[in-house]
Parts: sequence; C-alpha cells; structure tokens
Amino acid sequence: MEIINAINLEKTYYTEGLETRAVRDVSLTISRGEFVAIIGPSGSGKSTLLHILGFIDPNTGGEYFFEGKNVNDYSDDEKAFIRNKRIGFVFQSFNLLARTSVLENVKLPLLYSDVPEKQWDERAKKAIDAVGLTHRLLHEPSELSGGEKQRVAIARALIREPEIIFADEPTGNLDSASGKSIMEILQKLNEEKNHTIVLITHETYTAEHAERIISLRDGLVERDSKVEKRNMASEFKK
Amino acid sequence: MKFLNRLKTAIVGLKTNKVRSALTILGIVIGVAAIISIMSLGAGAQKLILDQVEGLGSNTIAVLPGREPTGISDTAGLFLDSLREEDIKALLLPSNVPHASDVMPVAFGSSRLSYGNETYQSTILGAGSAEDSNVISRIFDVYPSEGSFFTAGDVQSLAPVVVIGDRVREELFGNQRALGENIRINGKRFRVVGILPKKGQVSFFNFDEMVIAPYTTVNQYVLGRKHFDRIIVIADDARYLDDTVRDITVTLRGRHKITDPAKDDFFVQTQADLAERVSSITSVLTAFLSAVASISLFVGGIGIMNIMLVSVTERTREIGLRKALGATRADILWQFLLESIGLTVVGGIIGILLGGLFSFGVSLLLTEQLGNAWQFTFPYFGAVLGVGVSGIIGLVFGLYPARQASKKSPIEALRYE
Repeated sequence: MEIINAINLEKTYYTEGLETRAVRDVSLTISRGEFVAIIGPSGSGKSTLLHILGFIDPNTGGEYFFEGKNVNDYSDDEKAFIRNKRIGFVFQSFNLLARTSVLENVKLPLLYSDVPEKQWDERAKKAIDAVGLTHRLLHEPSELSGGEKQRVAIARALIREPEIIFADEPTGNLDSASGKSIMEILQKLNEEKNHTIVLITHETYTAEHAERIISLRDGLVERDSKVEKRNMASEFKK
Repeated sequence: MKFLNRLKTAIVGLKTNKVRSALTILGIVIGVAAIISIMSLGAGAQKLILDQVEGLGSNTIAVLPGREPTGISDTAGLFLDSLREEDIKALLLPSNVPHASDVMPVAFGSSRLSYGNETYQSTILGAGSAEDSNVISRIFDVYPSEGSFFTAGDVQSLAPVVVIGDRVREELFGNQRALGENIRINGKRFRVVGILPKKGQVSFFNFDEMVIAPYTTVNQYVLGRKHFDRIIVIADDARYLDDTVRDITVTLRGRHKITDPAKDDFFVQTQADLAERVSSITSVLTAFLSAVASISLFVGGIGIMNIMLVSVTERTREIGLRKALGATRADILWQFLLESIGLTVVGGIIGILLGGLFSFGVSLLLTEQLGNAWQFTFPYFGAVLGVGVSGIIGLVFGLYPARQASKKSPIEALRYE
C-alpha cells in the first residue's frame, strides 16, 4: 500500500530576490514497509524533498498525497498532528534539547500528543531501551557521544510508533563505527517492526543499506532502482 | 496539549535561564514594591491624620474666617479678620444656637519665650472663655499636672497668665520649679499658672511645645489684633450636628449682615468634613505616586518584551524542533506567553513581599518617632492588584514575542544557525 505518492513536486525558494529551484519535478511513490535511500550530491534537492515529504516545508508545485490524502487539504494543526503521530524525524545535527535529560528529550513528542501522561515514562524507557541507551537515561546530551546522541534522536522518533521515519543524513556527523550502529538500528526497525524508512545520504555505501535508492540531481530524479547487493549492518532473521 | 503541560514547559524554559529570568523581572519587582510601599505608607499616613482629626471629637465644629477655599487659586486670604468677640457672644446665646454646649475662640501665633537667659521659640495659643473656666480642658482633653488652667475671670481681666507645655518647661526651666515664675512672651511678662504633662500631638496641636494664655490677653498684648483664627463650637449631641452648623451659619450671617451665601466671610467645618478632605487629599496623593511608580512597571514590561524577543530568536531551533515533533502554533504561543506571564507574576509576588517588608521597616521607624499613633497597614487590595497587573503586563508584552515564535515555520526554524 502506498504511503507516499508525490506527483511532479516542485519547490522554489526566493532568497533576497534570487530564485532557487531546489526541487524541479519529482514524482515518486513509497509503499508501507519500504526502506528507501535518497541519494545525491549537495544541492541536489534531497533535503528539501525530505522536508516536503515530512510536512515541515510546503511544496510550491505539484501534488503530494500522504496516505491517499492531498497534503494541501490538511490544516496547520492537522499537519502538526501528522508530524507528531505518523512521522518520526532523525536529523543530521541530532537536534536534542540542551540541558535536558535523555528521558525528557525522548518524551518531547508525547508533550504534544494525546497519550495519557501516566504512560509517558514507560513508553520513553521502552524506546530508549530499543536503541540500547538505558544506562544513559538521566544524562544530558552534552555528556553523550555523537552516536549516542543520534540514538537518543532515534528513540525520540520512535516513541509515537510512527508509520514512517525520515532520517536526514543520520550518520553524517558520526564516525564509521557509530554510523554503522545507527544503520543497524534503522535496518532492525525496518525488518522487525516494519517501519517505513526514508534515509537521506550522499554516500553510496550508506545508501546501499536500503532496499531501494532514488538518485537526485539538480532537483530531478536521475535514477530509481532496487539495491542489487544490500549492505547489512548485522545479520537479521528474515 | 494540556494547559498544565504547557505551564510545565514554560517553567522548565525559565529555569534553564535562571540568571536572565531573575534580571528580567527586576523592573517588575521594583515597580510593584514601590507601589505597595506607597500604598501602605499612604494608608498609614491617612490613618494617622484621620485619628488626629477625630481626636477632637466628632461633635466638634470649627468656624473659620474667610471664604471656604474651593481650589488652589482661590483667594482664601479675604476676610481673614471676620471673626470677632461679638460673634462669640452671639453664638453663646441659646436662642441663636440652642445645641452649642461650648463656644471657644482660638487665636494663635508664634512667640518668643524667655526666662532669665533661656529662650525658646514657640507657638502661643489664645483660648478660654469669659464664662467657663474648664472649657479648654473639655475641648482638648488636656489637664495641667501642676497648677491649673486660668479662670474665666482671667479671661475677662486680660490677666497675663500662662499654662506651658512639658517641652517648654524643660527648655526654659530645666529642673527648676516653673510654677509661679514669670516668663517673658514677646517682651511681656506672664506668670506661669499651670504646667501640662507630656501629651504629644493632639489634633493639629502639639501641646508639649506650646503655651496657652487667655485669648483676650494674647490678642491684646502678643498678637495685637481683635479677630480670631477660629471659633470652636461643640454640639451637645451628634444628632444636632447639622442643625448646629445651620444655626451657626444663620447667626453669623445675621451678625455680619450677609444676605448672599456666596459672599460669606466665614465657613463652618465639621470633623467629618475635615476627615473627608484629608482622605481625599491623601488618596489623590497615593494615586499620583502610584501612577509615577507604575511607569517602572511599564518599563519593566518593555524589558520583558525585549528579553522574550531575544529568547525567541535564540531558541529558533528549539521552536523548529518542537514544531517538527508535532507542536501546534497554539502550543508554541502558549509556551512563550506563559513564560512571560510566569516571569511577571513571580516578579509581582517578589515585589509585594519586598514592598511589604520595606513599609513594615519604615513603620517600625515611624512608630519609634510617633508612638502608637502610626500603624502598619498591608494593602491587600494593592497586593491583589499588583499580581493582577503584573500578569497583565506579562500577557501584553509577551504576546508579540510569543506570536513571533508561533509563526515561525518549522523548516525556517530548523535551518536557523
């Protein structure tokens, strides 16, 4: 079943009168349970595309259907609800709240949800456990390594058990060992929990952890193909 | 998002920046503290004055010369010599003012006292009655501790006799015996016939620093005039106060041959009138000072807005993140609005405590000076008002920054470096 259906998406910015066509004409569909990597050099429009797909930046042209409904038909509050309930975000720069414990950071999306407050701690601990950070529960981001920070961000993205996780260069700021552990978690979430995952990267090696790669160049889809020989961060039972 | 969670989020935000939060609310703290102090001290001063006004007794009526002042520019100086001996006689006639139990003229001026080498600058009060020897004691509730007041006969005969206050006795005589001695008042010899005990302030007179002599003597030999500064009339019952005021007015108009009330050369004041006037003056004064102090609240509010705008800019990424994680516009708006309201309300509460503490301290000092006449009053109304106004300032000055925050698009905010 299609979760994302984008038709001729466009995004044009105007900064100081200068026109930038970040996304020119992108059509793609992503089905439930897929692990898709969007790859491209910097300036190819991949981040912009991800932001449009993730409801945090509106498209300026084309049509975007999320779970069959046109995004233009959503109100601001409905978009906020979808960002909260259906979508999880993992950013390259982690975006954790400083001077706030791991537990509180992970609980942040619950603040904007209708989940009863009594369940918050339990859920957050479960999500933190899933990324293997239970021993860091009350630490603050400044006390964590880069890999650990990104795992906190993943736990935060997971806590609402979203339909789809958007990861924007999640390994971009990490050493290869930490990067590998992040990819392992993402693959595991995809394989075991059937979360749909859209990953953005500029490295082919990282992209090949996905099942399918969409290559962007200059705001256009250059190639959209299955990965022949997938990199597995560790072995999973299929 | 539940209100309680919004509030918690705001509190966490404020706690994260403790020093800044503390500095931000300083303006509000000072403003509220100043207003509370002014209101407290104003209420204390009002009570002090009213107590003194009422110290004369509520049946007391004062007849004053001149036209009743109606404004600052009014020529209250006219007809200041309108009250004369004949007026006393007219007011004493029961057929004119049936409910006047006492009628006493008062004339006062400054005087230079001397005894041997000692001198003292004091106020001389001319009072008494040609018919009743006890009228001064009755009206002012003062009784000599040594000797006695001069008699009705002394008043009739312009006797150079004087009753002196405790402070005057101390200054002129020290530990020597004063009773029966002769002192000079503006060069004229007076014999001390009575000494008043330490009394402090009674109504507008400080009897300790005063000398009292027959009004006839004072007018003739000290002040050199024939008119009085006021005539005090005591009504025999509070029920007849209004009747008596009317009777006095009619009698004096008749004697002064005045037909048009607008041309009165005297005016009649009851203690209630005076109390009302005093309250209205102190209320206006308190309100004026509070208005001045509230400028500080306004400035404090601008400070809050300034800091909140800085805070919103500084936390742009946080706002973007929160929006990306599902916060609605309203969530963000309330987060920042509650932060600024929280700041001002806390500032208001601290200000009330400081203001209360300050005015309590001042009250302690004043009590030392004035005895029990001064009482500490905590302005409960002002306190409630202070918290309310602070909250409103937080709301008003926080609204713009909070709206700026809520309007940020998540992507603009996330990209912000």
